[in-house]
Amino acid sequence: MSELPVQATSATFLGMPSFQRAAKDALANTQQRRNLAHATATIRTKRAAVVGEVEGWEDLRVAGAAAKDEALHHLPDYLEELEANLTARGATVHWARDAAEANQIVIDITRAKGADEVVKVKSMATQEIELNEALEAAGIAAWETDLAELIVQLGHDRPSHILVPAIHRNRAEIREIFVREMGGVGRAAPEDLTDEPARLAEAARLHLREKFLRAKVAVSGANFAIADTGTLVVVESEGNGRMCLTLPETLISVVGVEKVLPSLEDLSTMLQLLPRSSTGERMNPYTSMWTGVTPGDGPQEVHVVLLDNGRSRVLADEVGREALRCIRCSACLNVCPVYERAGGHAYGSVYPGPIGAVLNPQLRGTSSEVDKSLPYASSLCGACFEACPVRIDIPALLVKLRTQVVDEASGRSAEAASMKAAAWMFGDHRRMEAAQRASTLGGRLLGGRTLRSVPGLGAWTQARDVPTPPTQTFRQWWASTHGDDPDAGADEAASPVAGPTGDGVDEATPDEQGATDHRTGGGTAADAESRDPRHTSGESS
Amino acid sequence: MSATTAGTEASPTSGTAARRAPRVALFATCFNDTMWPEAPRATVTLLERLGCEVVFPREQTCCGQMFTNTGYADQATPLVRRFVDVFGGADHVVAPSGSCVGSVREQHAMLARRAGDTGLEREVEELTPRVHELSEFLVDVLGVTDVGAYYPHRVTYHPTCHSLRMLGVGDKPLRLLREVRGIDLVDLPAATECCGFGGTFAMKNADTSIAMGADKARHVRDTGAEVLVAGDNSCLAHIGGMLDRQRSGVRTVHLAQVLAATEEDPA
Ligand code: SF4
Repeated sequence: MSELPVQATSATFLGMPSFQRAAKDALANTQQRRNLAHATATIRTKRAAVVGEVEGWEDLRVAGAAAKDEALHHLPDYLEELEANLTARGATVHWARDAAEANQIVIDITRAKGADEVVKVKSMATQEIELNEALEAAGIAAWETDLAELIVQLGHDRPSHILVPAIHRNRAEIREIFVREMGGVGRAAPEDLTDEPARLAEAARLHLREKFLRAKVAVSGANFAIADTGTLVVVESEGNGRMCLTLPETLISVVGVEKVLPSLEDLSTMLQLLPRSSTGERMNPYTSMWTGVTPGDGPQEVHVVLLDNGRSRVLADEVGREALRCIRCSACLNVCPVYERAGGHAYGSVYPGPIGAVLNPQLRGTSSEVDKSLPYASSLCGACFEACPVRIDIPALLVKLRTQVVDEASGRSAEAASMKAAAWMFGDHRRMEAAQRASTLGGRLLGGRTLRSVPGLGAWTQARDVPTPPTQTFRQWWASTHGDDPDAGADEAASPVAGPTGDGVDEATPDEQGATDHRTGGGTAADAESRDPRHTSGESS
Repeated sequence: MSATTAGTEASPTSGTAARRAPRVALFATCFNDTMWPEAPRATVTLLERLGCEVVFPREQTCCGQMFTNTGYADQATPLVRRFVDVFGGADHVVAPSGSCVGSVREQHAMLARRAGDTGLEREVEELTPRVHELSEFLVDVLGVTDVGAYYPHRVTYHPTCHSLRMLGVGDKPLRLLREVRGIDLVDLPAATECCGFGGTFAMKNADTSIAMGADKARHVRDTGAEVLVAGDNSCLAHIGGMLDRQRSGVRTVHLAQVLAATEEDPA
């Protein structure tokens, strides 16, 4: 294939409120905040220690980014190579443009095998396309076998972390879910189950074993797909994935097209980067690699579904395509102060945290409420970029997406009007000086008293005192000490009739507006919006 | 006192200015100019004490960070042009703000590129290496860590995200603070974690921002420091606003003010 067609995408978690509203609810959940703060702090410390051991970590990151870029820049070629090598080794390759096509392919193969259930290896791609729901609608039961995914599935819940999907649950909640739900879908939990991690793991093992031994069809994803050998790779911690990859007769792997790597050499780079970044381990316990069909050993029928689902749209964007380098290690989530407090569900997708904030609006577009708000779900502190093993400059991508959101709104908001007014004010130092005079005048009138509430600054003053403007600006001080008169020639610019020129801006007195914006610390237009055993799993695949 | 001696001894190390006092164009930043004039004032005092000739180009306004980071690139681009026009001829541009210097260094070229203005992009790239955050200028260009300051208070330091990650100032501010006479410098727990200000983030995601700021304020209180120091007044306003509201008894002071303070002229 020479070109990837542009796709419609799945609607995972859509109909979500904006990030801000979802985050507000999450912040009120003190149990979840405690779980998240504890879990992310623990894994941050582990990660920092094992990353610190590697000499030349930075070189590895550069190599990882380069390998992914090479694959992405020549994606059609590498995909063709992958397809040819997979086919030569006895696998069947399918192409899916979107979620509906991918789901239908899996359904058709499962039906052709006469099966009414599948066992599943933890897979972000199948969550993204909501395969479990599609299978259920087709009368096929899908059993998650990753322990954390099992908890999420039995709890009729959504994953909230890439690597630790049940990070928001504690042991007591997990025990309760097992006791309540296991019996309905297979072997029941033991009557005397406690919330000790070993007992919970044991209950899950017994429950899952029946399913492993019974299932004829397994569904997986892949962490990597090696073009020059036709090898798929799954990286995990528990070994449950390997049970699925080896026991059933038929294996269907749904693989995002961005998972391709040129060669096995690139894989060695990735296998140094991934476990350290994700679980803070030097190497993960299980790495499974399979190349097509091996007669007499493992699944005798191997299908690979290569999934686009919006990826070619992302790839077409020269800047945004960097997000496709992501190897789903979740390091960016674990260092993100916003994720730590708002939780994973607020991102409205199986891809939460900083990478979700840039990937979702790119995969799905920025038309929904949640996708419009995601680029703003960051303080741009840069911790995600620092942690990312493939050097995705997430803060820069967020800024770019914000520009897209603003451009799409085409200037029709109170915020846009104040931004234009502020830009007009900063466009000339005399206008700025006039605005400052309005501001310092306020400072003089208040006589240094602290403001407790300022109209339009509701959100700010809710928890913080607002500093009063000083009675003298820096430039006034400079003029008085170093001899330059800042008031000279400023008056014509301060005229209230001299509004900002340009489209659709009200003739608001820009000096007033500018001064107010300014005092809020860059928070122009306190805009309308502002008022108003969990870690048991293996790596993502 | 030794303060002034240290200053005058710090001969300029940059090649072009080897035989004369370094000429510094101060970028006060709009935010400091209007709301926290003490920081650029202290910067002037300090740089003059260290033998620099300081000028303040009055035509300067704003680096455009607030616009860029909120998605208003079209509003930010003329400010890039203005910045280059105002500061293009300077030997050194120094600002008492890590985030504004970060915006100049990391975003101006991107904005020029986006506008398709290759001439502007070239000018930005030519100017950028001469734009410094205060601690970088002192340590890298002037080659001093002892600036002769005296500040007899218990202090903890918050390394703001943009200084730390965008600019990579490393431990330069701490090296400067450690040389201050009389200072009792204590480590801040979880120092590298964001305070939650983030410009318009504090408005658009007020609840999350407050949760982050509250944790930062708690860490500051845990140190028992009476002064919180940072190189960015926006972060200090955010954390300080919380500390004030909590009647914590901790005040916030810009790094420049600590470094400018002497026994004769205390802060
Ligand atoms: S963006 Fe980087 S840090 Fe985040 S999950 Fe992807 S690879 Fe890991």
